[in-house]
Amino acid sequence: MDIYLYDSSFEGFLTAVFESYTSRGVIRKENAFVPDMFATTIRVETDLEKADRVWAGLSKKLSANGLHQYFSTFLSEIENVEDQMLSYTRHVFENQSSVERDFGNNFVLFVAQTARKVHREKHRMEAFVRFQLTKDGIYFSLVSPDYNVLPLIIKHFKDRYADQRWMIYDKVRNYGIYYDLEKVETVWMEMDKQEGIWDEAEGDYQALWQTYYKGANIASRVNRKLLLQHMPKRYWKYLPELR
Amino acid sequence: MRIYEIVSVSGRNDFFLCMHRLPPSLVLLNNLVFLVKAIVMHERVQEKLSILADAAKYDVSCASSGSDRKNTNKGLGNAHPGMGICHSYTPDGRCVSLLKILLTNHCIYDCAYCVSRKSNDIKRAAFTVQEVVDLTINFYRRNYIEGLFLSSGIFRDPDYTMERLVRIAKDLRTIHKFNGYIHLKAIPGASDELMQEAGMYADRLSVNLELPTEEGLKLLAPEKKRADMIQPMNYLKNEIIRLDDERKVLKKVPTFVPAGQSTQVIVGAGKETDKDIVHLAARFYHQFQLKRVYYSGYVPISNDARLPGLGHQVPMMRENRLYQADWLMRFYGFKAQELLDDANPHLDTEIDPKLSWALRNLHLFPVDINIADKMLIARVPGIGMNSVNKIIAARSFSALGWDQLQQMGVQLNRAKYFITCRKGPIEKKDFTSEQIRRQILNQSHSKYLKLHSPQLSLF
Repeated sequence: MDIYLYDSSFEGFLTAVFESYTSRGVIRKENAFVPDMFATTIRVETDLEKADRVWAGLSKKLSANGLHQYFSTFLSEIENVEDQMLSYTRHVFENQSSVERDFGNNFVLFVAQTARKVHREKHRMEAFVRFQLTKDGIYFSLVSPDYNVLPLIIKHFKDRYADQRWMIYDKVRNYGIYYDLEKVETVWMEMDKQEGIWDEAEGDYQALWQTYYKGANIASRVNRKLLLQHMPKRYWKYLPELR
Repeated sequence: MRIYEIVSVSGRNDFFLCMHRLPPSLVLLNNLVFLVKAIVMHERVQEKLSILADAAKYDVSCASSGSDRKNTNKGLGNAHPGMGICHSYTPDGRCVSLLKILLTNHCIYDCAYCVSRKSNDIKRAAFTVQEVVDLTINFYRRNYIEGLFLSSGIFRDPDYTMERLVRIAKDLRTIHKFNGYIHLKAIPGASDELMQEAGMYADRLSVNLELPTEEGLKLLAPEKKRADMIQPMNYLKNEIIRLDDERKVLKKVPTFVPAGQSTQVIVGAGKETDKDIVHLAARFYHQFQLKRVYYSGYVPISNDARLPGLGHQVPMMRENRLYQADWLMRFYGFKAQELLDDANPHLDTEIDPKLSWALRNLHLFPVDINIADKMLIARVPGIGMNSVNKIIAARSFSALGWDQLQQMGVQLNRAKYFITCRKGPIEKKDFTSEQIRRQILNQSHSKYLKLHSPQLSLF
């Protein structure tokens, strides 16, 4: 069996789809790969031209929504998602008409359901990002999403906070997105101490928000199970109202 | 440096500029005074916020969806594409989407069910216009909220109150280029001109019906009249229709309450039946084209003999069943009459209204999932609208079997009594309604059973 290794990027994955399409290989991420002595490994160099050809082929068969689901499924980064996506890609190419709503098919259903999970996480980030204003006027937020959703939330935050500079930093994957009032860029940075970098009014507004949160609760209706269902504990560490 | 930092506390650049002209020693003194002022101001706003958020929380609406206000002026905020976001949840499990506050809890009315009623001995407070604007903008910039939900006690008279609510919305939209969501309470009795102006700046307006029946209103809020509440609703409905018509022929028609109007009724304060409530909701959905009717389980706040006393449980299960019925009417094609009639004036508390309806109408089942009409499949217990859409899409490729239905998210433990598919029925036996009901109840773990267990164990 051939194992195609790629550099974890989406373009790299599409290149690997191109290279492995006619063979019976599997696709794996280079950095997460455990060597297998019975298999031949083939390193795939990311090639934008090949990636574009695969993408163009998919674009002919899938709707905009279908393409979005495909990309979202890739961003889920769940283990061996490449296998399901490769099978899905084959299923799409082998059929004349669009199969993206054939939910009776396992691969189609997998992509639809995984994209939904990723979408849910994207939506949670749109909800649970908490900006703190720094002294130099940047609204900054740390996040640790389950899936790699930063690429999916750029538009939402750019449209919404068009008149303020902001940065959202994914602590798990160690990269962030930064808006400089014109465009959004990907950034990397060293995370060291955070004391003393915040604007002086920042603490006041966090305190006001905490006061509001307390005031809005109705004690005689307390329902912790419902709270946890909507807002699992792993998100709490970045929420001032729950700190 | 010091000056810069202090100034940034309140963001008053004008003050910063004029301070530069003072001699250094005076600047220092002024700084100190200003710093103290800032701290005192912060504490005052804290106290007001605590009082006026507490008083506003009984209004249940927190929707921030349905508007299409785009950020086209490179300003702050975007209510497009109209999807709501819950930014937090309070320990009662309710969504926090908007900064929901009263402008003031001073009120000239004395409604028995309301915490802010005139005769109640509580702390009173009032925000200034600037304070509300400042809180909204700064919370929004930090991604705490989707926007503002502003209501108020009635001080002096309805027009005077409404005018202030409109002022805040106007300032946010015009001075601060704010495109986030704004929900204003329409104060019954305020003039049409003010309603018109409110509609220009707000995404949603709502008038609370307060109590489901007029008898209830007479008993608990004798100063209020149903007619006063209907009047602004009617005005808004007509304006929305008129401007929609204009939009068809004219290019530039100003937005007007793009997220429509909603209302709220209090449940369990009076003696109304579920039928009264659901039929009222159906009538208002139809008559005033409301986007939502909210049901607010009465939270006991006094020992007034006309009301359930302190210590009474909030009717949360009833409220939940009402919302389920409401959903069935809005999305599943049910008529109020089908859910509740004189023979069944209350919703079943043990099982949900859809299952309850299906058990009363067993003669319509089983339906064949592979050929039945979409809206008939939507009526099957255990199949939600998401599954319905998947089924309709998938069955055009190949006939569906049980495994596939399960994978799509259909709850077969309920649905199996009501459907057949490619492989025929699961349940070959003909059960009576009562048998199905028992079987489903035995295998389900209602969250409400748990909710009531401490209470049951007392006996």
